[in-house]
Amino acid sequence: MDQIIIYKIILCAIVFVVTLGAAAYMTWGERKLASWLQDRVGPDRAGPFGLLQPIADGLKMLFKEEMIPTHSNKWLFILGPSFFMLTACMTGAVIPWGAGFTIDGTFFPMQIADINIGLLYMLGVVSIGVYGIMIGGWSSNNKFALLGALRASSQMISYEVAMGLALIALVMLTGTLNLGEIVAQQDADYAYIVYQPLGFLIFLICAFAETNRAPFDLPESESELVGGFHTEYSSMKLGFFLFAEYINMFISSAVMASLYFGGYNFPFQHELGLEGNLLSAIQTAVFLGKILIFIFVFMWVRWTLPRFRYDQLMNLGWKVLLPLAIFNIFITGLVMYFTGKL
Amino acid sequence: MNLTNRSKVVAKKELTLMESMYLPAIFKGMAITLSHLFKRKATIKYPEETREIAPVYRGQHVLKRDEAGAERCTACGLCAVACPAEAITMEAGEREKGEEKLFREEKYAKIYEINMLRCIFCGLCEEACPKEAIFLTDRIVPSSFTRGEEVFGKDKLVEGLEERVDVTKRQTPDVLSFKQDKKHAHNQTFQDRLKQ
Repeated sequence: MDQIIIYKIILCAIVFVVTLGAAAYMTWGERKLASWLQDRVGPDRAGPFGLLQPIADGLKMLFKEEMIPTHSNKWLFILGPSFFMLTACMTGAVIPWGAGFTIDGTFFPMQIADINIGLLYMLGVVSIGVYGIMIGGWSSNNKFALLGALRASSQMISYEVAMGLALIALVMLTGTLNLGEIVAQQDADYAYIVYQPLGFLIFLICAFAETNRAPFDLPESESELVGGFHTEYSSMKLGFFLFAEYINMFISSAVMASLYFGGYNFPFQHELGLEGNLLSAIQTAVFLGKILIFIFVFMWVRWTLPRFRYDQLMNLGWKVLLPLAIFNIFITGLVMYFTGKL
Repeated sequence: MNLTNRSKVVAKKELTLMESMYLPAIFKGMAITLSHLFKRKATIKYPEETREIAPVYRGQHVLKRDEAGAERCTACGLCAVACPAEAITMEAGEREKGEEKLFREEKYAKIYEINMLRCIFCGLCEEACPKEAIFLTDRIVPSSFTRGEEVFGKDKLVEGLEERVDVTKRQTPDVLSFKQDKKHAHNQTFQDRLKQ
């Protein structure tokens, strides 16, 4: 029993470090990809291929002057970015990173918390994420930050609705909220993208909106507005807000890969003739590869599409995605009824 | 008026179903950005590579010395007069005995300054110079942290005795003969003009 607890703590640490490391190098990747898409070279001065750039950026953030507005609520002001960062990291706990390893007859799962309401937990954490933005914007004691926070939170809440409904169609199909089981089901059957293409599209768009990525990056709008909810933030507290966006991106890529693209499973995995730990290691690598592809799509979209106008954003969320998601549930139900799955 | 052949007639029409879904247009756009991923980069990594410049590039000035190493400039001030940006200023001095190896003629420039922030690198100073003393070169004026550093004195302008600056690219035989050809108005003396 103790062995499992120690193992879980180690796995926690590994997932945490991998998430943060991936997020750090995603900032580098984002800048590189942005410049390649614009026929530029990108950061290449810090270390080979600019690989030390995230460290330089982090150090820069740390050494910047720390400013806390005079009439702001100091504790809430500090709580905002901490909360945002915390909720960004929390979802990683329920994601199955691999099939698990067997060493000396003991089974070590590659999932920190194998809870049966994994999907619900994920949606809950995503909802709590809004608080970080709201607290941060409100406690700044600045009209623009407050308006930015309102803008951001109403966007995130609006898109959560369509996101949840898109997942309901998936849950109807899987019959479980357990993420580990959902991934395991896709081993025996096709990946769920085959059954839920519309659901995936809605989920993808909502994931863009939830992570505040372009074309839904109105909360920040760094190229035209003052900076939204983090206007008053400086130094590493600003860094936390910006960094959490990349963690969110990594986690939502992992969620999309495991819900719709078979998680750690890959085609013909049982025909390879590999067994046990080796297969499991390959599966984890494949899962990370899928995450990478999604991250690439996130960045690719950002450097292609222009930003939505706010009314267009709200129209899309409430008048297009929400009816589409309900339609998707309806169709899924009908198909399941007629194929006798219900 | 039609300036280019690329102008299009814009008509506001209702979007078709396919267009109002936006997805085909989005994928088209993403294909365009993806194609740029593999294109040749436009960046020139400056300190390691430099942009290719024309042989007659007009960059930082040089004050030439003659074959013996004496300064050619006689502080006549024609360059300062010709300068449209009024970037050149100088103060003349008289050559002392024993300085014959330093200065070519009896009069020389004690102070010669070009304000590189004012200079527009037109090359008129070079054209005005009767002593073939000032030339523009293919060297790029280095940047600096203060405005004062951008006022170049004789220490930066006069070429080194050992490190001569090659100006043959700008002073080709054609240019030289053009500059000294009396049939051009700007090379004529007052007497020449009276004769005509």
